[in-house]
Amino acid sequence: MTISASRPAAAQAPGPARRIQVLGWIAFLAVLVAEAVSLWTSPPDRDMGHLQKLMYVHVPAAWMALLAYGLVFVLSLLYLWKRDERHDLLAAAAAEVGVVMNALALALGSIWGRPTWGVWWTWDARLTSTAVLLVIFLGYLALRAFTEDPDRRARWSAAVGILGFLNSYIVYMSVRWWRTLHQVQSSPETLDPIYTRGLRMNAIAFLLVLVYFVARRYRAARLERAAEARIEEAALAGEGVHV
Amino acid sequence: MERVRGWRRELARAGAIVWKDLTAERRTRANFNAVVSLAVLTLLLFGFALGPDTEALRAAAAGVLWLTVLFSGVLAFNRSYQLELENGALDTLLLYPGERRSIFLGKLGANFAFVLLVELVVVPVAAVIYNLPLLRPFPGLAGVMLLGTLGFVTLGTFYAAMASRSRAREVLLPLLLFPMMIPVLVGSVEATSALLAGDPMGDSGAWLRLLVVFDLVFLVASVLAFEHVIEE
Repeated sequence: MTISASRPAAAQAPGPARRIQVLGWIAFLAVLVAEAVSLWTSPPDRDMGHLQKLMYVHVPAAWMALLAYGLVFVLSLLYLWKRDERHDLLAAAAAEVGVVMNALALALGSIWGRPTWGVWWTWDARLTSTAVLLVIFLGYLALRAFTEDPDRRARWSAAVGILGFLNSYIVYMSVRWWRTLHQVQSSPETLDPIYTRGLRMNAIAFLLVLVYFVARRYRAARLERAAEARIEEAALAGEGVHV
Repeated sequence: MERVRGWRRELARAGAIVWKDLTAERRTRANFNAVVSLAVLTLLLFGFALGPDTEALRAAAAGVLWLTVLFSGVLAFNRSYQLELENGALDTLLLYPGERRSIFLGKLGANFAFVLLVELVVVPVAAVIYNLPLLRPFPGLAGVMLLGTLGFVTLGTFYAAMASRSRAREVLLPLLLFPMMIPVLVGSVEATSALLAGDPMGDSGAWLRLLVVFDLVFLVASVLAFEHVIEE
């Protein structure tokens, strides 16, 4: 089909793609620098030795997963309020990246748990509710995949995203009452400054990665929607569709 | 006064939907018979999977009982909307004057009655084949069944409103519903096993109160979100 002048903005502007690419390189370099600095400068931990270094990637991954899900929550509320499709697509992008970070945090935590706790998995509150969050947002993505009508998909996934995010706290509390074993959260006060620096650097690097991933997925979602809209338009106009 | 009358009218609407759904079910009984059969089968399968050791079976009974309710009850929810999808009945239902939430409450009431009836068969059967005491913990156990089922059915009715109208509804409903169910499941199983063991620590009361909180939270959240899910 011929390309008409009314192409959506996302499809024609080369600017965003280039900017996203630059962001990607910055994020990549930030990860390299953060890993290098935190691996070389921090001494082995008194109890865990070099295993402690897993913290630099495990903790930021978990933080970024929560941040991404928090974004889904806020954007879903915004969508139901304003009914702007961009909020929905951005929420979907955040959910995808959240799932990746969530799975990464669980895998790294498991690798860390085996030598320090002696088990790959334990049924404590934080661990379990993190796993439940992963399943909830996998369900969110499945719902999106199985719902074709874009308006319906947006409304439904917004409802699922809001309820799922809120429920993760209830799951956390209920598992905590059920049983708990996880170490008490470290805070900057219980953490030697040399470790804090590495952790902060990694958190920033991971944040850049998160923004880069979300930007890419959001752009892809915008383009997909534009293509869908064009197919619909062409079908309504009675043309054959060649995309 | 106007407000009270409005609420009463909504409840009457919800009641009409409950009555309609239960009448449809009573006249065929096809769904109920199939779900109950599957539930009994599940109880037997858990028995085979967990071995013939009577003590081990009894220790696992509370969890087995609730998982059986979950796995068989989940089959009822999609159907309650599927009935409406044929001949565009749901659109007609939406065209009637009144709030959307009365549709939700009606579906919720019908599903609640349905799952409770299934439990009326499943619990005695479980008591027989898992060798459980039923009479001693009876009043408390009935309370747990009511509260746990209410939480389950609330979430199930809510998610089925979406899943039943999507492709792949068979897998989508449990995938959406079961993770959300975990607090209710933990509370119900803990309370049930405490009661079955004679409640030596007296902690079934705490779990029961938690179940009340979970039920209220999920009920309010589902009613609020349903407006956005059902509008067409």
